[in-house]
Amino acid sequence: MNAQARQGWLLVAPATLLFVGILATPLAMTLLLSFNGWSSTQGIVPTLTVQNYAEILSDSFFAEIFLRTLRIALWVTLICVLIGAPEAYILRRMREPWRSSFILVVIGPLLVSVVARTLGWALLLGGNGLIPLALHRVGLTSSPVSLMFTETGVVIALVHVLVPFMVLSVWASLARMDPATERAAQSLGASQITIFLRIVLPQAMPGILSGGIIVFSLAASAFATPAIIGGRRLKVASTLAYDEFLSTLNWPLGAAIAVLLLVGIVAIVVGWNRFIERRYSQVFAS
Amino acid sequence: MPYLAIENIRKAYGPAVAVDHLDLGVEKGEFISLLGPSGCGKTTTLQMIAGFVEPTQGAIALDGIDLSQLAPEKRGLGIVFQSYALFPHMTVAANVAFGLEMRRVGKAEIRQRVEQALAMVGLADKGGRYPRQMSGGQQQRVALARALVIRPAILLLDEPLSNLDAKLREEMQLELRQIQRQSGTTTVLVTHDQQEALALSDRIVVMNQGRVEQIGSPFDVYERPGSAFVATFLGRTNTFSAEPTPQGLAVAGHVMMPGERPATISIRPEKVDFTTEGDGLPGRVLTRVFQGNHWLLHVQTPGGLCLVIRPNDGRPVPGEGEAVVLVFRAGDASLSLAGSSP
Repeated sequence: MNAQARQGWLLVAPATLLFVGILATPLAMTLLLSFNGWSSTQGIVPTLTVQNYAEILSDSFFAEIFLRTLRIALWVTLICVLIGAPEAYILRRMREPWRSSFILVVIGPLLVSVVARTLGWALLLGGNGLIPLALHRVGLTSSPVSLMFTETGVVIALVHVLVPFMVLSVWASLARMDPATERAAQSLGASQITIFLRIVLPQAMPGILSGGIIVFSLAASAFATPAIIGGRRLKVASTLAYDEFLSTLNWPLGAAIAVLLLVGIVAIVVGWNRFIERRYSQVFAS
Repeated sequence: MPYLAIENIRKAYGPAVAVDHLDLGVEKGEFISLLGPSGCGKTTTLQMIAGFVEPTQGAIALDGIDLSQLAPEKRGLGIVFQSYALFPHMTVAANVAFGLEMRRVGKAEIRQRVEQALAMVGLADKGGRYPRQMSGGQQQRVALARALVIRPAILLLDEPLSNLDAKLREEMQLELRQIQRQSGTTTVLVTHDQQEALALSDRIVVMNQGRVEQIGSPFDVYERPGSAFVATFLGRTNTFSAEPTPQGLAVAGHVMMPGERPATISIRPEKVDFTTEGDGLPGRVLTRVFQGNHWLLHVQTPGGLCLVIRPNDGRPVPGEGEAVVLVFRAGDASLSLAGSSP
């Protein structure tokens, strides 16, 4: 090893130690834990078994929770795209000082503590909250229906906090767009709608897709929001793992759930990323 | 009435006036350049023709039809932008076809016209490429093909060659001129590059601070600049202040040309000659630089520094430090009377 290489290793050593210490080690231990057995009398049994995985994959109770997690994450992603992409486009067309102030408004949800924000939503979504009362008043429901402990409620609260990621991601790809392309399309006879659909949107697509990855993985692994809005009645994978750890004290089963959640998210994200790279590398390679 | 008639247009942004009472008529098939330094209002004028900027007052008419109520997408103009503004997510052929699709031209006709347009700019075999995979010069040609394929009433060129290197720019100038002649499209070019304007245009509109300084053929504008600004902006020029004497106008006491009133004399460096006999402006060569096809000399005279360009045609050229006498023909100089605007 020459001096330069040694210097390189020395320089990355602190970050590597930190990474190994606080991320790689706990993950490896969780993985190992998920292969241990468990009984209500002995607690954790240090054997090597796939029993936990077999239990999760065969029981429809777990399947339902994983499917719900996926469904919620997909809805959140879809709604974030529908709200975030136009929002970013509008923001980009705004003039200063409006633009700066509205960017602050957009990232506002990220600046509020998760507990305060989520309990706020609990107030709005509950049976006597503003939203059920409003829905009842305008005649959409025959009586005020609480949105607490429902998937709709969880999706609404998650969209609120995750939309900023979509806006910022789309914003970044719109910033790379040459504004003259919109004018060029206009001079060639395109209407505003055609310009948005055929010129702006395709150029924003890399941002929408990468924003989608961020929003999806954060929504699928979210804990605090589904814990407070969904509660015990509406479990998702992360709250399920939490309950197995802290209520049932079945750590190995909780670890197996956490591992499956992680593997699922990583698989979806990697596949998604491959798709983006293949689809857009020729066009948008920097 | 000219094909494109710009009548008394004005554009003000608050108190700042970008274009001030501009009148311009462009004939069908003509190639006209708006030339001036940055901030002179030439780009704003182009934007007003294109419809992206609304004039504060005045009218623009194309072929007798008032454009002011027409949105940019209804004007049917072809525009080549400085950045080319190609659609990066579409192939070259799709870029060129876009304007035809907007006009709901049939599929077969689109394919045929796109092929023709790409062949015209020498990119017949590049239709399947994406803009990113092409050089600056090629992107420039695609932008030109995309603008011309819709058979625009007018072609607007916004500093189209400024992003190319010097050699390519010269090639593209020739090609642009040839393509414009071939298609016969009325063309308005915006540029700050005097050489480009001189090489391409039928007529040049020299603009400064929102106003037209002079409109004329390249030769006229260069040889008979209408103002001191035009003389200094287009090419280089020497200026001397001259006083009347009984024998004529004199610079620092040396009679140079006929005239009765105090004036500023402008004379191009290539029109100044050295003489060995007779009267003239005495001076001393400060520096002499060889530039291939010509020599560039700085001569210090009692009337100020004078730039002289002499062709490298085999005749001897005075060396640095040599005493010389400068003369020029009265017909080559332009006079602006003292007291009138500088």
